[in-house]
Amino acid sequence: MKQEKKRRVYLDHNATTPLHPEVKKALREAMEVFGNPSSLHEFGRQARALVEKSRETVASFIGACPGEIVFVGSGSEANNAVINLFSCQGFPSCEVPTMKAHRKEIVTTKIEHPCVLESAACLQEKGTTVKYIGVDKYGKVDIPQLEKALTDNTGLVSVMFANNEIGTIQDIKEISKIVRGRGALFHTDAVQAVGKIPIDVEELGVDYLSFSAHKIYGPKGVGALYIRSGAPFCPFIRGGHQEKGRRAGTENTLGIFGLGKAVEMRKKEMAGESRRLSMFKKHLKNCIEKNIPNIQFNGHPIDSLPGTLNLSFGGAEGEAILLYLDTQGICVSTGSACASGSLDPSHVLMATGIPQERAHGSIRISMGRDTTKQDIDYAAEKLIQVIKRVRQISTISTKAKHG
Amino acid sequence: MDKKPEWLYTDKVKDHFLHPRNLLLDEESFEADGQGVIGNIKCGDEMIVVIKVDKVKETITECKWKTYGCASAIASTSVLSELAVGKTLSQAYQLSSHDIAKALGGLPEHKIHCSVLGDKALRAAIDDYYVRSGMPDKAKQEKEHIICQCLGITDREIENAVLEGARNYYQLQERTKIGTVCGKCKDKSLRLLEEYKSKYFKKA
Repeated sequence: MKQEKKRRVYLDHNATTPLHPEVKKALREAMEVFGNPSSLHEFGRQARALVEKSRETVASFIGACPGEIVFVGSGSEANNAVINLFSCQGFPSCEVPTMKAHRKEIVTTKIEHPCVLESAACLQEKGTTVKYIGVDKYGKVDIPQLEKALTDNTGLVSVMFANNEIGTIQDIKEISKIVRGRGALFHTDAVQAVGKIPIDVEELGVDYLSFSAHKIYGPKGVGALYIRSGAPFCPFIRGGHQEKGRRAGTENTLGIFGLGKAVEMRKKEMAGESRRLSMFKKHLKNCIEKNIPNIQFNGHPIDSLPGTLNLSFGGAEGEAILLYLDTQGICVSTGSACASGSLDPSHVLMATGIPQERAHGSIRISMGRDTTKQDIDYAAEKLIQVIKRVRQISTISTKAKHG
Repeated sequence: MDKKPEWLYTDKVKDHFLHPRNLLLDEESFEADGQGVIGNIKCGDEMIVVIKVDKVKETITECKWKTYGCASAIASTSVLSELAVGKTLSQAYQLSSHDIAKALGGLPEHKIHCSVLGDKALRAAIDDYYVRSGMPDKAKQEKEHIICQCLGITDREIENAVLEGARNYYQLQERTKIGTVCGKCKDKSLRLLEEYKSKYFKKA
């Protein structure tokens, strides 16, 4: 394949997103504000005002009260904080141990982000019972299995809102109803959902919800955790009165302000972008289906993030596809084992029950606010060439010939 | 920011990945004297190596291949095909994954397993040649030995577990379940574990 004049098409928005130009602008201004929000003097008050303004923006975006928002360092931290509520062995002032005394079990799913799965596995090592619910072939949580797993001992249920790899969106409202009906607390990792689909915590009935700034054109290193007023909480990072004692450490004022601005822009752009990306996805799917044989789409055909498309190519390995696309300036990601450094392909794809060879040959295309129709046409054209090339190298065709 | 970020692998790997040498094309009819197939698409890697042999000199005159796998697997088979041509069958039989990694200017540790399949496929092709030319006794078909009698786990499986990342007995057990019944094979498998670790991962 000829190396043409380099054009770059970023189709990995589920990994991270570029800063929104408005966020950049806001960050530059906020850089002038260096005060510690805890200080009582003018510099401190100025910083405090920025943090609280962001809190209000974030809260209103998801239908929460400002007091229910805790700023944290990342989506992973937010998830760790919630799952680890149950590792708390008791602080005199802590509400969690009493709850834990009679509700010891955690229920989650097989397709969660590693920050949830590994936190849960760590608690399991320490003796907590953890149940992992399976999903169907589209990545939807098996509701009857969930219902069966819930007992009077279930303390916390954590279900991802939208999956980062395949884009499948769960029926969170239905799930939270079931969970809370059994008296358990409900957490959702909404890192991929907030800012992409409308979310109202009241309407959904969740106790905890995590999300992150850098997935929605905000800065890295900042996220937020919604904690329903009255839901038990025990700080993951201790030793300070910040965030009403729920997260110690001087506030990341710059990051928090960037998050606020990013959310503000989401409010304006989300709906239009969602329609546009849905159209692009449909177009891209058609294009691929028409021109590339032996493929399969992964994830739910309808209940899926508008900009996320995961698909598998028979006889072509994911990392090879990714790196060939990269030489053409197209950036995607893969669920193949080879790219991850482990030998097992994506746990999410495997949970949907697809054969291993299909998981090895999968790529994820995730579009964003800067994606254009031209980008999609270019990506489709190059993808067709790359798959042809990788399959030419692959053993697949010879196998077909010689049986 | 002005320097272009480096590639994942060495330039040599990149070159062989983007410009594979001696690729076996479907449209050409290659009359192979020997063919070896190793791996499985399910595991993420599969290779076919075919050779032509000068029957008088017993040297490899042509070596072509096809690979399903990641960039380092593709580059490994490509560079292997260059290493094999011109070698006598017995020299080619000695080519190791180490030689392949060296010829590529090194591979990341978690990618070493991608390079071991190539030399195995080549040995399988040589064995196939011997069988086809009426010299089956020369075929040194790689033999496996059962180490764990209870579960029938072989030295090959221990080797693969090491290549896949097992570095101690616990990790070896995690991957193979070896020695989880009577445990009598522990000493033997520990010896093999160390042997394979130094064979593949010893720093030069």
